[in-house]
Amino acid sequence: MTALLWTLQLALIPLFSPAAIGLTRSIKARLQNRRGASPLQPYRDLWKLLHKDEVLSRDASWIFRVAPFMVFGTTLAIAASIPLLSLSTRTHTNDLLVLVGLLAFETFWIALAGIDVGSPFGGFGSSRQMMLASFTEGALVLSLFALAIMNGTTDLFDIASAHSTSGHLFTVPLIVASISFGIALLAETMRYPFDNPATHLELTMIHEAMILEYSGPRLALMEWAAANKYLIFIALFSNIFLPLEIAAAGASLSAVCISAAVFFIKALIAVFAIAALESSIAKLRIFRLPDLLFTATVLSIIAIVLAL
Amino acid sequence: MTALISSTGFISTLILFALGAIGSLLAMKSDRISGAIGTTAALLGSVLALTIGSGALISHTPIALQLNSTLPLLSFSFGIDALSAFFVTIIALIATIASLYAFGYIKHFTPAYRLGRLGFFYNIFIASMLLVVTAQNIVAFLIAWELMSLSTYFLVIYEYREQTNIKAGTRYFIMMHVSFAFIMLAMLLLYRATGTLGFANMAPALTTASPLMLGAILLCALVGFGIKAGIIPLHIWLPDAHPAAPSHVSALMSGVMIKTGIYMMIRIFFIIMPTPPLWFGLAVLTIAIISSILGVLYALSEHDIKRLLAYHSIENIGIILLGVGSALIFLSLGLPALAQIALIAGLFHTLNHAIFKALLFLSAGSVVSQKHTRDMEHYGGLIKYMPVTAVSFLVGAMAISALPPLNGFVSEWLTFQSLFAGIIHGNSMTLSIAFTLAVGGLALTSGLAAACFVKAFGVIFLARPRSEEISHAHEMPLSSQLSMLILAALTLIVAVQSSFIVHTLASITGTFSAFSNTASAFSSQPFTITLGAGSAISMTMVALTLILAILLALWIVSLIGGRRRVEVGTTWDCGTPLSPRMEITAFGFAHSIITVMRGIMRPTRQSSVEYQDANIRYFPAEHSIHFFTHDFATTHLYRPLDRTLARASQIIGRIQNGSVNAYVLYMFMTLLALFVVISLGII
Repeated sequence: MTALLWTLQLALIPLFSPAAIGLTRSIKARLQNRRGASPLQPYRDLWKLLHKDEVLSRDASWIFRVAPFMVFGTTLAIAASIPLLSLSTRTHTNDLLVLVGLLAFETFWIALAGIDVGSPFGGFGSSRQMMLASFTEGALVLSLFALAIMNGTTDLFDIASAHSTSGHLFTVPLIVASISFGIALLAETMRYPFDNPATHLELTMIHEAMILEYSGPRLALMEWAAANKYLIFIALFSNIFLPLEIAAAGASLSAVCISAAVFFIKALIAVFAIAALESSIAKLRIFRLPDLLFTATVLSIIAIVLAL
Repeated sequence: MTALISSTGFISTLILFALGAIGSLLAMKSDRISGAIGTTAALLGSVLALTIGSGALISHTPIALQLNSTLPLLSFSFGIDALSAFFVTIIALIATIASLYAFGYIKHFTPAYRLGRLGFFYNIFIASMLLVVTAQNIVAFLIAWELMSLSTYFLVIYEYREQTNIKAGTRYFIMMHVSFAFIMLAMLLLYRATGTLGFANMAPALTTASPLMLGAILLCALVGFGIKAGIIPLHIWLPDAHPAAPSHVSALMSGVMIKTGIYMMIRIFFIIMPTPPLWFGLAVLTIAIISSILGVLYALSEHDIKRLLAYHSIENIGIILLGVGSALIFLSLGLPALAQIALIAGLFHTLNHAIFKALLFLSAGSVVSQKHTRDMEHYGGLIKYMPVTAVSFLVGAMAISALPPLNGFVSEWLTFQSLFAGIIHGNSMTLSIAFTLAVGGLALTSGLAAACFVKAFGVIFLARPRSEEISHAHEMPLSSQLSMLILAALTLIVAVQSSFIVHTLASITGTFSAFSNTASAFSSQPFTITLGAGSAISMTMVALTLILAILLALWIVSLIGGRRRVEVGTTWDCGTPLSPRMEITAFGFAHSIITVMRGIMRPTRQSSVEYQDANIRYFPAEHSIHFFTHDFATTHLYRPLDRTLARASQIIGRIQNGSVNAYVLYMFMTLLALFVVISLGII
């Protein structure tokens, strides 16, 4: 049972993350009156990229070669440390600050890889990414702290379990904190209004600018890692902020199945919401983004004050 | 081994440093000999001090050394208690590694500057730091403190032919003596309140002292030691003085010397003084938030690599003080268990900052020694020519940005946890909001620090070289490389062994009277730090998970991917010839953040255009734009202060008019005034 749960924990994010991205794209296409590609298209893309030859820049150092493995590995490490389908898979890496630290680790390496090839795109992408990441960190930490204060612990598993048993679900501080976390989610996963995941226009891109020089398997890893991060944030949102049903430690197989079903429904709703949001708003100017992030930070502070 | 951990061992350490100092002075004629004597003596002395310090720390044996005299003012006493042992260990550790580094590094000063002078002051500097943290009475402390300030002054102006260094030295000298005045005042007040010169006997007498007296002592100590520690707005000496000194000295100054300020704050606030009032803790917390955020913002706007690191020291002193300030608040709220956690967070960050800041200064020193400019915009692509330095700087950058699994993360985690406890247990809304703002400030600080170090590492080491000279750069001598690698390894070892260190710190703080009745908030599990309310972290697990996950990534690619060819091409840039000017500059990288923060940073720009023909302004020959970010303390605090002082001294100067008759009149009037005062019985 434990082995099964651990397999689920480790495999869930990397296996389903391309589907999450594909689904978001196809919902967006439908909302924009296009037919769009199949939701499974990202799997085909990854497969193709993993079998392609690769071109590396002459200027790139080992940082550029190692970064995709670092970035992808970090998303796997995060996937192993957050509550997904059951609460049995806890280790001593479940603290919310470990999550924030690992996210910063991932950002740090992508940004270095962006600078390493010495192209203007990469450098500016990194600069913008680090600007956004540093202003997002406050909103992210404080919105998670609001939940930690409601439950008296900074352990994500404890928060999820305390939350699913107490009737805290639709209290005002929780709603305020989840709005703040939602903004941080959009910023961290590089969605609208922060970044356009589909663009290749130099003036607007952030994430795509940093990985512009990658090709072949390394590009596949970078894309896959971005997809993982997307699903990780959706999972966090649905398991920490909306823990309707999550199998407790040592629960039976049926309980885990129920919690898996609930998880997928919640994730679907989240994906749909993000796709709808992306189809209905425009991308903000880059210097308007910090205002949005400061708003998120202030919202979290309000949530904390309300929760006290 | 145990024989060393005694006053004899301590004296022999001091003798080694004295021999090094005098020896390098005597051998001044030959740079080779004086350099060797100075560095070897410093290395041996530091290793011995490291043995004594860590030995005293682990075996819990206090060491006492008394030099008595019939005159109380000439009786010096030195001793190593638990807190001193911890700081002796840190100082000796960094001094050992800096001295190892110096073997290869100092050669590049010859023949322009004499190595004998460097060796003399370097040995005195290390010895005086050790004396500062072991001094147990006021007189011994003040003498050691002044010795430390003076020896570092001469190290700051070591390269005296450069005008900027002299200016930095003067500024340092002035600020250190302002600091000394406040410290002296604090010490005299302590003496007046207790009637004793020994630190150990002060605590009982102070419990009955008046709140006014206690407040005055606390404030004088905060200002005096705050100048040394570099808190904002008392920091203006720091970004000038640290870069001016030779890099291994900068590593010591930034890594450990400014921590002597923290050491004395902890000794006075937690051991000597009774529980301080709440407002004082809040004041320290506020200073901490301001120092950490402004420190990192000014660091971002720097493109001088050593000034950038110096500003990061201010930021990290802020983080240390977040722990200390929360501890003070918890003590005054009557929550000693939480206070202990917060203080441990501060002490742990002191150790961590010493390690990674020394690492960063040493690797920055290696970079600067290649091209002799501290301006980052001239480097680029160094990772290919100086691989060891690049790895060291990268590890240091990751540690200071608080990225797991390195040591900076652990102490920031502890700091976050104590602030978290503060939000929950703060008994008023004001306190809870203050702690919440501190959490936000700390999160912002660590995000900006990561941005700053992506900038520093990226611009110096990555992409293409920005000048031809870079491609002739070569790695430092072996001893210097080794010293950087040791420190880089320590950042990981300290993190993985963090639970052991936390327990050591718990037993150190357990000796303070404030925490003597406190049950340890940490439960003892190997490799795991568990705080009371179910917050636990295992850095060993984090490190293992990360490493396994990265290996898994490698395995997945080799499993799914087929046989592929890897080709080397040029970076895509829309077809124009690649030039170094296409790379992002340090200024460009930070500019977006500075623009967002312009309300605080107040950047100014000057643009000028030169025309081909000044009369017909159609064809510009040259456009130039200069951006400046001024430290607000200089423009808004010190310059007005300077002007006021100058004006005041002009007015006072009128009294001194050179006429003897006037002076006789002054004396007469003073006498008269004294008669009046005494006859009225005012005194």
